[in-house]
Amino acid sequence: MSNVLLKVEHLKQYFKLDRKSKVKAVDDVSFDIYEGETFGLVGESGSGKTTIGRSIIRLYDITGGNVTFEGKQASGKLKKEERASIARNMQMIFQDPMACLNPRMNIRDIVAEGIDIHKLAKTKEERDEMVYAILAKVGLAREHAGRYPHEFSGGQRQRIGIARALITNPKLVICDEPISALDVSIQSQVVNLLKKLQKELGLTYLFIAHDLSMVRYISDRIAVMHKGKIVELADAEELYNNPLHPYTRSLMSAIPTPDPKSEKQRARFAYDPSQHDYTTDEPKMREIRPKHFIYCNEKEFQAYQTEIA
Amino acid sequence: MKETVLSVKNLTVSFKTHGGMVQAVRDVSFDLYQGETLAIVGESGSGKSVTSKSIMGLLSPNAVIEKGEILYNGTNLLKLSENDFSKYRGADIAMVFQDPMTSLNPVMTIGDQISESLINNLKYTKEQAKARSLELISLVGIDSPEKRFKQYPHQFSGGMRQRIVIAIALSCNPKILICDEPTTALDVTTQAQILELIKDLQQHFGVSVIFITHDLGVVANMSDRVGVMYAGKIVEIGTVEDVYYDPRHPYTWGLLASIPAFQAKGVELYAIPGAPPQMINPPKGDAFSLRSDWSMKVDFVHQPPMFKISETHSAATWLLHPNAPKVDRPAQLQERINVLMRMHEGGKNE
Repeated sequence: MSNVLLKVEHLKQYFKLDRKSKVKAVDDVSFDIYEGETFGLVGESGSGKTTIGRSIIRLYDITGGNVTFEGKQASGKLKKEERASIARNMQMIFQDPMACLNPRMNIRDIVAEGIDIHKLAKTKEERDEMVYAILAKVGLAREHAGRYPHEFSGGQRQRIGIARALITNPKLVICDEPISALDVSIQSQVVNLLKKLQKELGLTYLFIAHDLSMVRYISDRIAVMHKGKIVELADAEELYNNPLHPYTRSLMSAIPTPDPKSEKQRARFAYDPSQHDYTTDEPKMREIRPKHFIYCNEKEFQAYQTEIA
Repeated sequence: MKETVLSVKNLTVSFKTHGGMVQAVRDVSFDLYQGETLAIVGESGSGKSVTSKSIMGLLSPNAVIEKGEILYNGTNLLKLSENDFSKYRGADIAMVFQDPMTSLNPVMTIGDQISESLINNLKYTKEQAKARSLELISLVGIDSPEKRFKQYPHQFSGGMRQRIVIAIALSCNPKILICDEPTTALDVTTQAQILELIKDLQQHFGVSVIFITHDLGVVANMSDRVGVMYAGKIVEIGTVEDVYYDPRHPYTWGLLASIPAFQAKGVELYAIPGAPPQMINPPKGDAFSLRSDWSMKVDFVHQPPMFKISETHSAATWLLHPNAPKVDRPAQLQERINVLMRMHEGGKNE
């Protein structure tokens, strides 16, 4: 088993709406991400998947819980050097590449921002060489360095977003819906690029998406989120072949597949949260099979066990 | 048996821009049959939305209709004045847009917005319009219509808003409903509900649907026939079975092969190389030839005509010319089709 790169324990992220009420965007979530793997996080909008990514990378101050990165504390109050080290080793790729690139900066300066902040290059030449090298890695040419974001197509912009994230040589890259805004024929180019870079640079991905078929293809393990909680976590194939939690089942039954004949008779299950009775018997994450976790109480756990037996 | 309700013939639409004329739709022809769902798939910029906006008469002022006609009940819609067009729009042909928040008026109650078209198009009185609106609200699956009637769009969730938009679209019993990416902004489970609703209502109202999307899974679920658009042209059209189990155009191959749904782990995803062409200067010949692994010399010189494969299926690629060499589909795609065919023949559908 490879090493745990990121450990998230009892992460809570609440947002205050007004003096009285708050939203529990992420409510007591724990998981580990191993070095070199792709960890998929799926759920509907509002499930808290994006919030998890942002809490990990310290865009929000977390309400409770603990994040450890490479065995070191990565949440809460940290020293300046510790913060810089996390900023260098954890990077993020966003959904809309146009919104994350400054329209008034050329590509060279956008990509080199990480170099400048962390003072990774001693001379201007060294800085340029680093930029050209990373552009070549993501499939762009060095001529592109002098251009501005509006001169690129959506797929190319996402490549710039990837180059910008990889320039500091990070260990963990949080991909927040990196392909949702792209056209079908461009999506697979970007996914193949992410896979290639992972192999070459030994990257670890936290891949956040709502497109389940893509998540299945790219991820080693998948966590399904619903209303701020992880309801099921397993290896990608295990989750797809043996989904147990009723929410996971409902989500999977809703994915349209490109096969007209089976599509015409696909039955969809609806998920009704009121089917759980958690008044006396408290639910928690339980391991039902090796590495397959499910959020349930004792009674449900036994029911699931008879189901898979 | 099949009655044509709408016929688009050689539609060609360009847009005036500073850089020159953008040829958004180039010589598109298709028929829409009574009661069917025709899907139009393509990437952004392929001309699918421009085609639907031409049918609705909603093109922006810099659009130029270079040629072609859109026949509805013997009338060429493209020749109508704005005044005459408004008699058809909403009443005979209605449209559902992608983003329900932008197609609803935020400062008008839902009730007023549904009643509006009934009062304007069908000359209902206010009371009649209210009664019908309440009926429509419950028809699209929203509870307590009386209460909802008085609410504003921001009090509804995304899926609920899209239901309201559908209720408005269907309020005047249109013959044709155009859905332009109606579920793209929605979650998968909400998407599934909305698709089911559209299918149910289609049965109920007997309306013919043009369904525009880029999601091939949704197409498989919704439609009877599908037209694949690329660079302003329909490159392949047929029943969903034709196009999914026997695709003939290299672009359709690429689209289908790049879906990860049945893709084994570790195998690289099939990706169409390059990016769609600039439509100010569309390539000579077959617009897809630059990105295709199957291009022949003729593809770079002459545009391929539509070759008929069967009564229902045609595609525009020189590969279908009798003199063209026989080529195979991408191995990954052929493998997947074989698996699906075997599965369906075996009688198991899971």
